[in-house]
Amino acid sequence: MDLAKHWRLRHARYRLEGQRNRLTGEVRFPPAPPHPGEAEEIWEPYVLSGRGRVYSFSIVRQPPEGFEDQPPYLVALVRLDEGPMVTAQLTDCDLDQAAIDMPVEMVTRRLRDLGPTGLIVYGYKFRPMVQR
Amino acid sequence: MRHVYIIGTGATPVGEHWDRSAASLAVEALNSALGTIPAARLGALYVASALSASLHAQSQIGALIATAAGIPGIEAVTIEAGGASGGVALRQACMAVASGAVDLAAVVGVEKVTDVLDARREAALALATDADWEAIHGVTLTALWALLMRRYMHEYGYAADDFAPFPINAHANGVANPHAMYRFAITADKVRGAPMVAEPLGLLDCSTAADGAAAVVIASEGLARELCAHPVRIAGSAVATDTLALHSRSNPLWLAAAAQTTTTALRSAHLTHGDVQVFDVTDPHGIAAALALESSGFAERGTAVALAREGAITPKGRLPLATGGGCKARGDTVGANGVYQIVELVAQLRGQAGVAQVDGARVALAQCMGGIGATVATHILTLD
Repeated sequence: MDLAKHWRLRHARYRLEGQRNRLTGEVRFPPAPPHPGEAEEIWEPYVLSGRGRVYSFSIVRQPPEGFEDQPPYLVALVRLDEGPMVTAQLTDCDLDQAAIDMPVEMVTRRLRDLGPTGLIVYGYKFRPMVQR
Repeated sequence: MRHVYIIGTGATPVGEHWDRSAASLAVEALNSALGTIPAARLGALYVASALSASLHAQSQIGALIATAAGIPGIEAVTIEAGGASGGVALRQACMAVASGAVDLAAVVGVEKVTDVLDARREAALALATDADWEAIHGVTLTALWALLMRRYMHEYGYAADDFAPFPINAHANGVANPHAMYRFAITADKVRGAPMVAEPLGLLDCSTAADGAAAVVIASEGLARELCAHPVRIAGSAVATDTLALHSRSNPLWLAAAAQTTTTALRSAHLTHGDVQVFDVTDPHGIAAALALESSGFAERGTAVALAREGAITPKGRLPLATGGGCKARGDTVGANGVYQIVELVAQLRGQAGVAQVDGARVALAQCMGGIGATVATHILTLD
């Protein structure tokens, strides 16, 4: 079922909640426990804007188990505006539309379906920035 | 610390061994490495395997293989560090012998991957990525290398075709390796025309995961002189880690653990970069070999692909690579790759590498990595 494993990551997965260092202002994602010697309260929860640019991308055509219904799908490294880089799928994006440096924004989508007795895992993907 | 020597090597052919178990492959390789040395003389057995627990629902394969080899009771342990498992296991054996804790140790790398279908194998390989922040997005190891390849092309102005010399060299060399899975040459046209696996990586720039086992026997100096006419010294040995997730690194195109282990291993061998005459690195794709060479200090950033194009990675070049066929032509035995590397480089140093022989090779470097370099093991082999 993996219930607790996905539940405890919900803030990061659903709204891209990372952490900001109260002293230096550094933003990190994903959130992590304090390093040895670091005070726990140094890092406060911080919701990232969800905007960034594609650092690189590829198309998965030989999927791992659990993703057989999805290929071909775009995966990318996205450099977020606040500095951290994340790995995620690109969505609402044609295969030939993806490009390095393309502006993207985060959306919440289904990541995978763990089957009849499991969860449907939701989380962040990125789509080409919608002009407003 | 005492000097450490390789006194025996053995390997099974790499391929689809439908009729063989992991234990049967491992014992064949071990027996071949031991030769006339009784297995009972071994003080410790280090078994490297990346996927046994996940694909075969079997842990403790150290005990399994010790039993199959007829030496139950021996100190045996399983080492898992993804594609670095073989090198990390060798490092444990080196430390055991160098410290004086044991005089004779064996390292066996074994992988049995063809018992399951492709999707399950891809998922097992993807266990080497970060489960919560990479694998959950459907990213495979191949896709992560593809992301790096595209970025590398973008930063340094290469085309996908420029990476073709890596698989072409691997296949040309694999012809001479009796253990290699693919013993035939390929052309640039074939590489270019291959279907895509994960753009910009095509099928002929992707290794094939396959079954196989390789073994080496490690001895102290005294025993090495007694038991072996042509021992090869392990002059440098190092393991280091990097962030598990690729996206956590300040420069994803830099494999910090490759850099660190190469520096450490060369320093302990009292050698410099220019002394190394033959290489084997984790090279499931050309981009992996390129980044390994650059991060390890054997090529400037952005130049390894150009060097390959100029022929530097062939047995006659300055940086001979994959002389046993590499992951691409030997076949990718994942956790056993690091041990196959040693078997092939020992053959190089003994002048037994056939048409892939590097003339006069006396110093070799073996480097294997888990995931995208999250664990890296680097060893320097020398003739005394």
